[in-house]
Amino acid sequence: MEPGQQPRVGYAALYRVFFWIGLFSFGGGLLPWIQREIVTLRGWMRDEDFLPGVAMAQILPGVNSTNMAVFVGQRLRGAPGAAVALVGMLTGPFLVMLVAAVSYQQVLGVPAIHAAMAGAAAGALGMMLRMGVTAVRSAGRSFGPILVMVAVFVAVGVLRWSLIPVVLVAIPVSVAIAWPRGGKNA
Amino acid sequence: MRDDPYIGLLVVLAPLSIASIGGATAIYAPLQYEAVDVRQWVTGAQFLDMFAMSRFIPGPSSILGALIGFKIAGILGALVAMIALYLPSSALCYAVGAVWDKHRGKPWHTALEQGLAPIAAGLIMAGVLSLYRITGGDVLTGAVILAAAAALTWKRKLHPFILLAGGAIAFELAWLLGR
Repeated sequence: MEPGQQPRVGYAALYRVFFWIGLFSFGGGLLPWIQREIVTLRGWMRDEDFLPGVAMAQILPGVNSTNMAVFVGQRLRGAPGAAVALVGMLTGPFLVMLVAAVSYQQVLGVPAIHAAMAGAAAGALGMMLRMGVTAVRSAGRSFGPILVMVAVFVAVGVLRWSLIPVVLVAIPVSVAIAWPRGGKNA
Repeated sequence: MRDDPYIGLLVVLAPLSIASIGGATAIYAPLQYEAVDVRQWVTGAQFLDMFAMSRFIPGPSSILGALIGFKIAGILGALVAMIALYLPSSALCYAVGAVWDKHRGKPWHTALEQGLAPIAAGLIMAGVLSLYRITGGDVLTGAVILAAAAALTWKRKLHPFILLAGGAIAFELAWLLGR
């Protein structure tokens, strides 16, 4: 585990990556796209460094995608990197928002646009499902982690319990299960 | 001071930034209450219009707050709203990340990281399910989701545009046929 060994990423490159992700982020489910750009294509981070950020981005308050931009930017270039990634992520949406605010009456009246947006959102959900499969595979094969995983899924996804109490119970249980292995691996 | 739109935006939106746990949907109810009932920045009908419009804008759906900012105070209002919406939660995320990095490699840190992994996996899958429900949960949506996931398994580096455009085209065709 040597975080200092990562390639030094330029601010302009960091901004560009997050600008494009932000501009085309329809229907949520941005984390797999960020993973693809940062881990799969550019190798700026590894999956095992990226996935804890996915958990953190979801558990902490705030929007998942902006939290993830802060996490990745911070890992790569510290505080300025976090700011650059965050601003990059929000530039596109802000500009589109201004255009939409001026012209929204016309846009909303077109049903074809509704259909296209719903389809794009479904495609984005497919990306999220694929990322979930990766996360499930890397979460551990023994009984304990699988039980935690299924319990969290059922509580939040199926029963729709609120996130905070579920996570407050799940974290200590899951960490306790991981503790002996963590001690040996460290 | 209550009449200053910039201060009003900061006072309403900054707490919502920290309160938006589990994503932007958590802030809709309190935002509507503040913007429509308490401060009367917009009417209920305008709020619903803006809510629908925020689905056409890329990025977090809480950008609805910036639409309201634009409505009451122009571009500067929208900018102030963006800062209020995203700076507090980002600062918190940064602070947690900084503490996290400092303790890298310690046994409890490794245990915490390993312990978070199954929780993250469960939350991602729960997110897929709850977003699928919001879409209405029809067969076409399910088919596009599975097809996109399968395509990514086949080619890991497949560009997201292809998946989004593929979904959009499928829905567009279904809409044309069903008309």
